[in-house]
Formats: sequence, C-alpha cells, structure tokens
Amino acid sequence: MSELAFFIDYSRCIGCQACVQACEECDTHRGRSLIHLETIERRDSVQTAPQVCMHCEDPICAQVCPADAIKQTAEGVVQSSLKPRCIGCSNCVLACPFGVPKYDADVDQMMKCDMCYDRTSTGRRPMCATVCPSGALAFTTIEEIMRTRQGRAVNDWQFGDQQVRTKVFVLVPTEATRVNLSVIPLSSLRRSRPAPDPYDVAALLEAD
Amino acid sequence: MARLPAPVSDLVAQFGPHLHREPAGGWNTRGEPDRIVPTHCCFCGQQCGIQLKVKDEKVVGFEPWEEFPFNKGKLCPKGVKRYMQDEHPDRLLTPLVRDETRGFQPIDWETALDRTAREIQRIQSAYGPDAFAVLTGASLTNEKAYLMGKFARVAVRTANIDYNGRLCMVSAAAASKKILGIDRSANPWSDIPQAKVILVAGANIAECAPITTDYLWQARENGAQLIVLDPRMTPIARTADVFIPVRPGGDIGIFYGMLHVMVQRGWINREFIAAHTTGWDAVEAIVERYTPDYAAGIAGVPASMIVRAAELWGPAETSFLLHARGIEHHSKGVENCMAAINLVVATGRIGREGCGYAMITGQGNGQGAREQGQKCDQLPGARDLENPSHREYIAGVWGVEESTIPHTGLSAVPLLEAIHGGRIKGLLLVCFNPAVSLPDGEFIREALGRLEFFAVIDFFMSETARYADLVLPGSLMEEDEGTTTNVEGRVIHHRQVVQPPDGARQDWRIICDLAKRLGAGDKFAYESTRDIFEELRVASKGGVADYAGITWERIDREMGVFWPCPSIDHPGTPRLYEGWRFGHPDGKAHFQPAEWRPAAEEPDADYPIVLTTGRVVSQYLSGTQTRRIGALVDQYPQPQCEIHPRLAGSLGIADGDFVRVESRRGAVVVRAQIVKTIRPDTVFVPYHWPLGRSANNCTNRAIDPVSKIPEFKICAVRVSKSSPPSDDLASLEPAAGGVR
Repeated sequence: MSELAFFIDYSRCIGCQACVQACEECDTHRGRSLIHLETIERRDSVQTAPQVCMHCEDPICAQVCPADAIKQTAEGVVQSSLKPRCIGCSNCVLACPFGVPKYDADVDQMMKCDMCYDRTSTGRRPMCATVCPSGALAFTTIEEIMRTRQGRAVNDWQFGDQQVRTKVFVLVPTEATRVNLSVIPLSSLRRSRPAPDPYDVAALLEAD
Repeated sequence: MARLPAPVSDLVAQFGPHLHREPAGGWNTRGEPDRIVPTHCCFCGQQCGIQLKVKDEKVVGFEPWEEFPFNKGKLCPKGVKRYMQDEHPDRLLTPLVRDETRGFQPIDWETALDRTAREIQRIQSAYGPDAFAVLTGASLTNEKAYLMGKFARVAVRTANIDYNGRLCMVSAAAASKKILGIDRSANPWSDIPQAKVILVAGANIAECAPITTDYLWQARENGAQLIVLDPRMTPIARTADVFIPVRPGGDIGIFYGMLHVMVQRGWINREFIAAHTTGWDAVEAIVERYTPDYAAGIAGVPASMIVRAAELWGPAETSFLLHARGIEHHSKGVENCMAAINLVVATGRIGREGCGYAMITGQGNGQGAREQGQKCDQLPGARDLENPSHREYIAGVWGVEESTIPHTGLSAVPLLEAIHGGRIKGLLLVCFNPAVSLPDGEFIREALGRLEFFAVIDFFMSETARYADLVLPGSLMEEDEGTTTNVEGRVIHHRQVVQPPDGARQDWRIICDLAKRLGAGDKFAYESTRDIFEELRVASKGGVADYAGITWERIDREMGVFWPCPSIDHPGTPRLYEGWRFGHPDGKAHFQPAEWRPAAEEPDADYPIVLTTGRVVSQYLSGTQTRRIGALVDQYPQPQCEIHPRLAGSLGIADGDFVRVESRRGAVVVRAQIVKTIRPDTVFVPYHWPLGRSANNCTNRAIDPVSKIPEFKICAVRVSKSSPPSDDLASLEPAAGGVR
C-alpha cells in the first residue's frame, strides 16, 4: 500500500467551515486557523472551496524568499517561515499561485498550513481532513481514492507558462490529466452568448 | 411586552450570552491531556462520536474519534467547538431567585428546592393538578427524558407535560407510525450509499445534518442520482441531478405528481402492494388528478421537473428517501410526510439493503427523547397513554395505581396558549427555550410573563429563563452519564467526562430532590443514571421502542445498539421491515390518502411574500448554547434575510441594507443578503436569535391537527427597506440580539 496523501475534491465542499474551526485546534498553532475557505460568490452560488497548502515539489514561496526562511521536510512538507529568518516581506504571499501563505502581523512572520506536521508525524491524520464532513478533504491512500471516488486525482498544474507539481492532489474529471489555468482574454468572452445561469432559481422556475 | 425583572442589557451584562473564545488554560496550554474520553457531540441528532481531552479535571480540547462507525471522526463546526461550553464564564453556579430591582439574586439549594415544591403544591391545590405544567427537551438523555415523564405523572401528577420535540420530529413520527407502524428511521445510514436514487425533501443536510453529506456524496460516487426539493438551492441541491425549487407548502404537488407519472408508466409495484399493504386504492384515486400540470400548479415549479423526478425515482432498482423539517413544519406536516412515504411504499423499495427511508432527526436526542414518555400523549417504550394495557404495564413498573396516571395533556403550543389564557399557572421547564424557538414570539413571551410561578433548570440563563422566578443550575451532557438514540435508531453512550462545577447539580438529581419534596421520594430513589436506565429497559420491554436487551456495556462493545432489541441475546435491529413485515398488527404497510390543502396563512395582497425559516450550520436550535461560543458566532454573527435579486430590486433593497420583515403577528429587522439561490416569491431568515432579531416574531402559531407541530415553514410577510434598528437590543453584541 502506498503512503497516505492529501486529496481535495472541491465539488464536495459544503462550506460548513469545520476545517477552519478544526485547523485552529492543531497543537502547533492553536488559536490560529491556517486553512482558507473561499466563498466563490455568495450572491450567485453556494459553492465554496477549501484551500490547504498544496506543498509544491519545488515551492515557489521558497524560491522567492530573500531570507531563505521557508524549508521543506524530508517528506516534502513545506513549512511556515522560520521565525529567526523571516523578514516579513510577503514575497511568498504574492508569489504563491494558490494564495496560501499569509503574513501574520501578530507574530511578524509568514504562517501557513504545514499539513499538521505534528499529527502526521505521529500517525494521525491532519485535523481538517479528519473532520471534513463532506469528504472534500481526505487524507488517505491513492488506492482508496481510486476505489471510492469517480474522477482522477492529479497533482500537475499549469499556470500560464509555469508548471507546478504538488504533494497534494485534487480530484478532476477523468478525462483531465492536469489542471490547466490559462488566462482567457476578455474579448473572447464578449463574443460568446451568455449561457443561462444554472444557479439562478428564478431562471430554473422559468424553464419549460 | 412581557415583564422581565431587569432591562435586557443588564441581564445580558450579568448572564450573557458572552463569547467564549479560548479553552481552559488558554490556547498556549501545552502538554499531554490527563485523559481522553470517547463520547458524543451534544448538538443535533447525528450524535457524532468525539473524544474530549481532560487536563486537571477540565475539558481542554477534543480529538476526533475515528473508530466510531457513524461519523468516523468527521465533525461539523459545532462539534469541533462544542467543548467551548465547558468552563464557560456564563455558566450558572448557584440557584437564582428573581429580584424585581436587581434581576436575580443567589439563594441556596435547599431554599430553592423547597420553594419550588411548595409552589407546585400551592398552585395545584388552588387551581387543580393540571394547572402546573412541565416542559422538557429533546436534547436530554434517554434517562432524563424517562425521568421527566415519570416525574410529571407520578410526582407532580399533571397531565400537562410536553417537550420541544413538538417543534421537531412529531410530523415525521406520526406519518411513519401511520403508514409503516413504527416511529423510527427505517434504515441505518450505511444503506444510503447503496441506493441508486436518493430523494431529499426539505432537508438542508449540509447545514443541519452535515455528517450525512458524505453518505450522500458516497452514493453519488457509486452512481446514484440525487433529487432535492427545497425553496433554496442549498449546498446539497447545487449539484443535484434534479433540483426542484418547490414553493413552501407545495411539496405534496411534487410527491403526488411523481406518483401520478409512476402510475401512468407502470412504475408501481402492484404485486408488493397487493401482498403487503392496505389502502392503495384510495391513494391511486387521489393521484389520478395530480397530472404533472395540476401538480406543478400546487408545487409552483415547471411540470417538467416533476416528470424528470418521476423518471429517476420510478424505475430505480434501489432508492432512499430522506426528509426533514422542510416538509414537516407545516399545518399539514403529517400529510406532507405521508405523501412522501407513499413514494417509498408504492415501489416496495424498503426493508432491504439500499432501499428505504429515513427522517433526519434534528435535536440531540430527537429520536430517543420521543420514546421515553415525556410527550403529552405517550408512555415509555413509545407506548400510548390512552391504551389501557399500556397504562397498566407502566403503572406496574412505576408501582402506582393505573388510575393515578393522568391522561393526555396539552402539547407545547396549546400549553403555552393555556398559560397565556390563565388556565395554567405554574411551569417547570428544562432544556427548552420557547422565548426564541416557538412561533409568534411576542405572544409566547407575554405568556411566560403571566405565570404565577416559573422555575427553570438550565446551565445558562436562556432568554426563557430570564422570565423565571427561580433558576436552578443544571449540568452539561459531559457532566453526567447516560444514553441517547441517534438519527438511525442507534442507542449510544454519553460518558461522564468531568464533574459539574461547584454550585451546579446534575439535572436528574434536581428532579429526584423535587420528587422527594413532593412526597414521591420512594419512586425516585435512584443512586445513579444507570439505575434509571435499568428501569427504562423494563419500562420499554414489549413496547415498540424496546430497549430491554440493551446495556451500557453492549453499547460500548458494539458501538451502539439499534432498537428494537427485546433481549440480551438479540442483535438489535439496524434495518426495520426486513421481509416486508411492517409495524402494524396485520404486518402490512397502510397507505394514507390526503389531499393537498393550503397553509394556514398564504400570501395575499397585504402580506405578499412567503417567509420560511431554518438553521445555519454554526448555530444549534435557539442558540442558547452556540451563541456563547465565539468561533461559531464569528462564522455567522447575526441573522440575515435571504432575498432574490429580482424581489430585492422591486422593493428597492440592496445587499446589506436593513430590511423589516413583518407579518400580522410581529416583525424582525435584519440585514438583507441578496442571493439568486432562493425563489423570488420567498424570503428566508434563520431563527437562532432572540427578541427583536427573532424570525419567530413573524411565524404562525397554527399547528398540524395530528402532530401539533407549528407551521414554521410558511407565513405571509411584507418586506421593506428599514433604517438600522434602534431598539434596546441594537447596541448589544449580535449574539444577544444586537446588530453590526
């Protein structure tokens, strides 16, 4: 059996914030939640998306750090900044393609998700992935995911010209092999006909 | 305005709700806990397993309990933060007596208990035994629920005992009992992922039963199709195969419309119906009229949605129906549930793996607390208070004459009406916050102010307790031991984790002390809650909800035992109706016909909009517990009115504006939240907040004739832009009813 890994299935998320509340209970940063729950646009939809650190194989946050304050463990977990080194410049905050690191003024350093290193290193699962009631976050084996989920788990990302490989997997439709986030020119959108809004209840009621 | 002993702001300053934000010892407490105790969450009927960490005899945190099979470590935000109730600064630590100048004053326990007993006797001798009432709750353990029913009938000898499950499970219970013969979810949750089609009717699962989400999603991973009925596009509805944004109160249109299509297309299991049911012909005659077009008119949705739902549900190999308050909180709540259950019975898809039906209980012990005899018409074991042999059996267990057991009393809403009308003069209340949770809030609070004597047992000063003459400080779930019965009918064990703080007492001891003062001490001579459970086992033996074979040791060993479990060697009954043996004496399911009828109050020219109410994920019921936990309050600090942009535009309302939502009974002023995810003819306000921020100021006291559940899910309102509230509450914290 392969090692335990972290999986995100955004489509399962119900926005309950159990992950946000539980992250705060993790012993290494008690009282401070480091996971982000994004509300896409509440006016239009109830869709939400949890965002843990993706733990890039070659972390961009570390690449851009002028103080060499961001380190990886041997297992590939990217850690919060080292307090003696961090100068609070927020280069990492700006550079991370997933928007994960945040500068915390109270402690004057960058803090981020460390995949519950204190828990995973002692055989326990990360707080967020243990409590998540929807299974949007899961910490298990790839075999278990393939056995129980539709779609495909991928960890290759394309941000424009930049390729990123992450320790954390996301579930995507089976036909996809990577997550491709290209910039779409606005002009191309203007030409296309606006589609009926599938999340507008008034529009649903007017359908035949 | 009903009388309070001091201004609300003074009471809030003294008793909260204050926000508790850090565990005992603070966030930076390090070191291993002294012990980790596996128990259950106290919020909601899912009753998730959770482990509480104890250090220096204080609860300091939690650890997921992954071995417990129902939730496997999963929790919602309420579960994660439940331990913040412990060591709470608002905790009541002494009996309090009402003081007209200062609000409340501490008194000693003996004086408080003596006075309560004396007042019960005084009121009963002046006005008759039923002039003193008892109101209880569905968040109590089975042991305490049993004790309250016995206390009311044996010690107080009043007919008037009812509970707040009256606001929760009674419509589902009555419908299930009428058709299937047993009031319980028919299947364990493990059947949900085996179903090929799932119908969720009026259940905001993501917010009100979050743990059930994974069961639904797992079914979908297995290829299940999902149909959701809700006036709002909830997180579960967002990706449903068929989402039907039904008009509040229009559910029967969907169910009968589907059944009509199923009859037309031959998707009815006539062989099963002939062999195992009665009453189908009457149902078939009614649904004949419910063509998709006719049904769509009732449901307020396009007919095509009903046809598509029928096309999924009708021919399915396996299926599962889940319903909750959305179809139950109606003056036709029982009929709504019966119409839904007819869809299950007409296909014969029940009583086997992946085939069945469940009601999603809302309150902590929503299932168990309705079986132990604290309902106004019921005796332990889900026995019938008016059945002579049931009365005789329970009289024997209690050691009293059958004739001394009172007959059926008033249910919760009529009971409050009787207080308002002066027919009930005294009240003992535990685990219930009617000042927030009952409809027509102003009327309810006025009633509470009319009591000659009112005693409340609670661990916090709830909005209701503010009206009390005496407040007796009780215990948290983790300060006592006992059992509850979860949404599946699985009886589980709440372990005692810590002792109650000095000054507070375990609820059951308070009740037994009162019983002694009322001259019934010999009938309440329990040494522990285990003694009560052992008596409950005997009392339930031979009843529908039979716990006779369940012991605390078995529960621990087997991770819960499902009732009915008539003997020690019986394995328990996770799935009801196997072999199509139903709960009625004839072993058959009994179809129940019912025509759709309008709500007690439909929108009209003066009040043209429908108000529907419900919950948010971070708050539990009337909020008396969860509005004191900082992290949960931060998540959704104050009630908002969800309103569709089209309706908001026509009313000149912008996102974040204050709006006044006003019915014939009262009004609530809250901020508008403009969302496309709600029907444009309906607004939604969650009900967890008090007084001027209470959605229940608007709701209607109309009740279902059978279940007596109030019609929380539909009343007529008008909505207008408002200036920010400037009432007494407005400047308080949002948890106390203030606004930001």
